[in-house]
Amino acid sequence: MQVELLEIRQHMAQFPPFEQLSDDLLDELAGQVEVGYFQAETDIYRHGDAVEYLHYIRSGAIDLYRRNGDLYNRLSEGDVFGQFDLLRDRLVRFPARAIEDTLIYFIPFATFQHLCEADDNFADFVEVERPRLESTVDQQRKGHEMLVTRVRKLVSRAPVMVENDATVQEAAQRMGEHSASSVLVLAMPQVPDDSHAFTHVDGQLRRMVGILTDHDLRNRVLAEGRPASTTVGELIEGRPITIQSDESVYEAMLRMLRNNIHHLPVLHRRRPVGVLHLSDIVRHETNSSLYLVDNIFRQSNVEGLAALRRDVRAAFVRMVNEDDNSQMVGSSLSSIGRAFTRRLLELAEEELGPPPVPYCFMVLGSMARNEQSIVTDQDNALVLDDSFDPEQHDAYFLALAQRVSDGLAACGYSYCKGDVMATNSRWRQPLRVWQQYFRDWIDDPSAERLLHSSIFFDLDSVYGDEAFVERLQDLVAERASQRPHFLAAMARNALNRTPPLGFFRTFVMEKDGEQNNTINLKRRGTAPLVDLIRVHALACGSRAQNSFDRLEDINKTRLLAGHSGERIRYALEFIAMVRIRHQVIDIQEERKPDNNIEPENVSDNERHNLKDAFQVLSNAQKFLKFRYPMPSQKR
Amino acid sequence: MKPLLPRRYPAPPTWADYFTARREKTRDTALERYFDVGVPSPETPISDVPMLAMDMETTGLDEQRHAIVSIGVVPFDLQRIRLAERRYWIVRPPRPLDERSITFHHITHSEIEQAPDLDEVLDELLAAMAGRIVVVHYRHIERTFLNAAVKARRVEGIHFPVIDTMSLEARLHRQSWWARLRRWLGRPPASIRLPDSRTRYGLPPYQAHHALIDALATAELLQAQIAHRYSPETPLSEIWS
Repeated sequence: MQVELLEIRQHMAQFPPFEQLSDDLLDELAGQVEVGYFQAETDIYRHGDAVEYLHYIRSGAIDLYRRNGDLYNRLSEGDVFGQFDLLRDRLVRFPARAIEDTLIYFIPFATFQHLCEADDNFADFVEVERPRLESTVDQQRKGHEMLVTRVRKLVSRAPVMVENDATVQEAAQRMGEHSASSVLVLAMPQVPDDSHAFTHVDGQLRRMVGILTDHDLRNRVLAEGRPASTTVGELIEGRPITIQSDESVYEAMLRMLRNNIHHLPVLHRRRPVGVLHLSDIVRHETNSSLYLVDNIFRQSNVEGLAALRRDVRAAFVRMVNEDDNSQMVGSSLSSIGRAFTRRLLELAEEELGPPPVPYCFMVLGSMARNEQSIVTDQDNALVLDDSFDPEQHDAYFLALAQRVSDGLAACGYSYCKGDVMATNSRWRQPLRVWQQYFRDWIDDPSAERLLHSSIFFDLDSVYGDEAFVERLQDLVAERASQRPHFLAAMARNALNRTPPLGFFRTFVMEKDGEQNNTINLKRRGTAPLVDLIRVHALACGSRAQNSFDRLEDINKTRLLAGHSGERIRYALEFIAMVRIRHQVIDIQEERKPDNNIEPENVSDNERHNLKDAFQVLSNAQKFLKFRYPMPSQKR
Repeated sequence: MKPLLPRRYPAPPTWADYFTARREKTRDTALERYFDVGVPSPETPISDVPMLAMDMETTGLDEQRHAIVSIGVVPFDLQRIRLAERRYWIVRPPRPLDERSITFHHITHSEIEQAPDLDEVLDELLAAMAGRIVVVHYRHIERTFLNAAVKARRVEGIHFPVIDTMSLEARLHRQSWWARLRRWLGRPPASIRLPDSRTRYGLPPYQAHHALIDALATAELLQAQIAHRYSPETPLSEIWS
C-alpha cells in the first residue's frame, strides 16, 4: 500500500459506501482523487452544470437545494453527493453550496464507473439508498443468530446422580428429594484406562453411563410391571447423549430435537455438571419474559401487579442488551401488556361476578400490532354481545373497564390522552354498533373518522369472546380495500407526520430549514412508517395487525415496486431499534425513558443510517400520495 | 530555524528574462527544456496559473552540509489538486548519513540506501516543474536545496519563482497592523506553521509527516488562502517571489 495515500484512504474507509471496498480498490480510489477547497457561502456547483465527479466531503458541510430554492439536504464529513446526477444525465439537479469552509474530494467519473462495476455494494449504494441501512440491520440480525450462549450459562444446579446398582425405588426417592425429573447413572469403569472416566467425590473413578427420567420410571418400570427392586443399571442402554458445557445453547437444542429427548446431561470434559431440560432453553430463548408473564398471572391484586413494573423494565433492558431485534422486543412487551390486561380482567370478574352478557376486551394501536414499547399508554375498548342492554348491563361493564384502566395506569400504562379506553361509553358498545362505526368510517371518512380509523384499525382481542373482534377485523379487511376514496383519505392522513430532513452534528434539520435539538423518533419515524404500511395493508385486504406481517402480505401483491417493501422493513426496524436503544440508555442512566433522541448522543454510524431510513420514509410517503389518488367525485 | 535574512539571489530584471537567458546559455538538455517552457507573466491572474506543490525532507537545514532525502510534488490549480499526477521520490544523499540517529517519518534507512541518486530523478522532477509555479510552505528549504543539488550534479544551478504559503500567512499574522498591535501588547504571535495555518481555514489535520502529504497540505492551504484573502483575479506578481 502506498503510504502517502494513507491519509486519504483511511478517512474514506470509515464511511459508506467506501467502508466495504477491498484494500486494492481503496488504494486505486485514493490515488485518483482530486481535491478542492470551498470557502463557506460559495457555490460548489449550480443547476445545470455538468457533473463529472462523485463528491466526497472530507471536512466541512454543504447544502443541496431544490430548483425552487428549498433546502433538499444538508451533508457533512463523510457524506457523498452527485451520484444520482452521474447515473442520470450528468447534469446538476440539486445545486450544492458550502455552508462551512469545505474540502471536497472529487472522484472522477471513470473511477466511479469502475467502482460500480467492481463492487456490488458500492453500486447498490449509489443507485439507491438501500444498502447502508439494509446491511446494518442484517448485521445486527446475524449478530443475534451467531450470539453464542454457552450451555453452562443455563445449568443452574449440580446433577442428581446414583450408582448403577441402585434400585429404581432409590433412584425415584433421590429424584423426589431433589425435585428433579431425572438422575444420572454412574458406574465403575470397566477397563483401567477408560477414556470416559472422571474422579468422583469419593476419590474413585466413575463414568456416566446413562440417564433415568420420570418418563422412564413410568414407561419402562410401572407400565412394564417391573418391581421396585429393579436396578437402574438394567434400564440403561446404549451410550448416553451428552453435551459439553462450552457448546452453544443452539447446539443443545438441535441435539435434543434430533434425538427426540428432553433431558441432556451436561459434561465438563468427562465430569457431569448438570442436566439441561428443553424448558430451560425455551425459557432462555424468550429472555425470561415468560417468567414475568407467569409471575403476572400469580398476582392476586393490583398492588402486586404494579410492583412488577420494575421487572418489566429489567426484562426490556435484558432483551435489548442481548441484541434482540425490534420485532422480538415489541412482541415480548406486548405479551407482557396483554398479560397485565388479562389478569386485571380476571381479578375484576372475581370481584364483580361473571359478566351479564358475553364480551370481548379489545386492545388497539401498538399492543394490537405487537409492537409495544416501554413508553406506552393504553388504548382499549369493549365489544359486547348484541344482546347488551345499556339499562341493565352497562353499570357492570363500566365498573369492569374502570378497574382495568386504573389497574393498567398503576402498572405503568398511562391513561390514553385521546380517551380511547373502554371507560368511554362510546367505546363500550355491542358488536352491531361497532360494525356500524366501522362502516361509517370507511364509507364516509371525515377528519375525525380518519383519526379513529388509524387507531381502531389496529385491533386485537386479549380476553373474552375473540370472535367479536375477528368479525370486526374481517369487516375492515373486506370493506376498506374496496373504497378508493377511503384509501386516498387514509393515505393523505398518513402524510401528516414527516421525517426530518437529516441529522447534523448537534441538531436536526427540518424541511423548512429550521433546526431542532431533539427528535421524536416515534412521531417522526416509526409512527409515519406504521401509518403508511397500514394504508397499503388495508388496500390489499391484509388481516395482519403487525407491521412486519403486513409488509409480508403487501409484498405478495404488486402494490410496491421492486425492493420498496424490503427497504421500508429495514427502515422501520432500524428506527425502532435506535428508539429502543436510546430508551435503554435512559433507563440505565436513571432518566425517564421517552421517544426523543438528542443528535449529539447519536453516533456517526447511527446518524448516517438514520438519515437513510428517513429518506426511505420520505420516498415511501411520496409514493403513497401517488398510489392512492383522490378519486374524482363524479360518477 | 529560519535564517535571519533571506538569501540574496541574482536579481534579473524579470523571471521571464532570466528564463530566456538561461535557456540560451545552458548546456544541460533537461534544464534547457525546463527554461524553454518559460514562466507565466507577472500579471497573470492566479486562477490561470498552473502550479506544483512541493515538499522535501532533508537531513538538515544547511544545503551545503545536508542533503535531500525525499521529494513530493502534486500539480494543481485553484480548482483542483490532481493526486493522480502526484510524484514522490526517495533519493540517496551523496554523503553517507553521518548520524544514524536521524530518523525520517515513513522512510527507513535501507530504503534510502537502495534509492537512486537525485541525478537519476532530476529530469523527471524538472519535467514536472516545467510551466508550473512551485508552491511551498517556507521557501528557503526547497529553493536553496534544489539549487545546490542541481549545481552539484549539472554544474549550473537553478532558480525559479515560488509562492510561499508561509510568507502569505506571515503577511497576515506577522506584518499587519493588527499583528503589530498584538506584539506590542505582548501577545504571542500567531503560529504560521503549516498545521496551524491550515486550522485557521477549517482544513483537516493531517497526521503524516511525509513530503507528498505535506505538498498536498500546502496546495490545499494555498487554495484556502486565495479563497479567503485574495481572489482568483489576484495577479501572480502579488504573491510570488
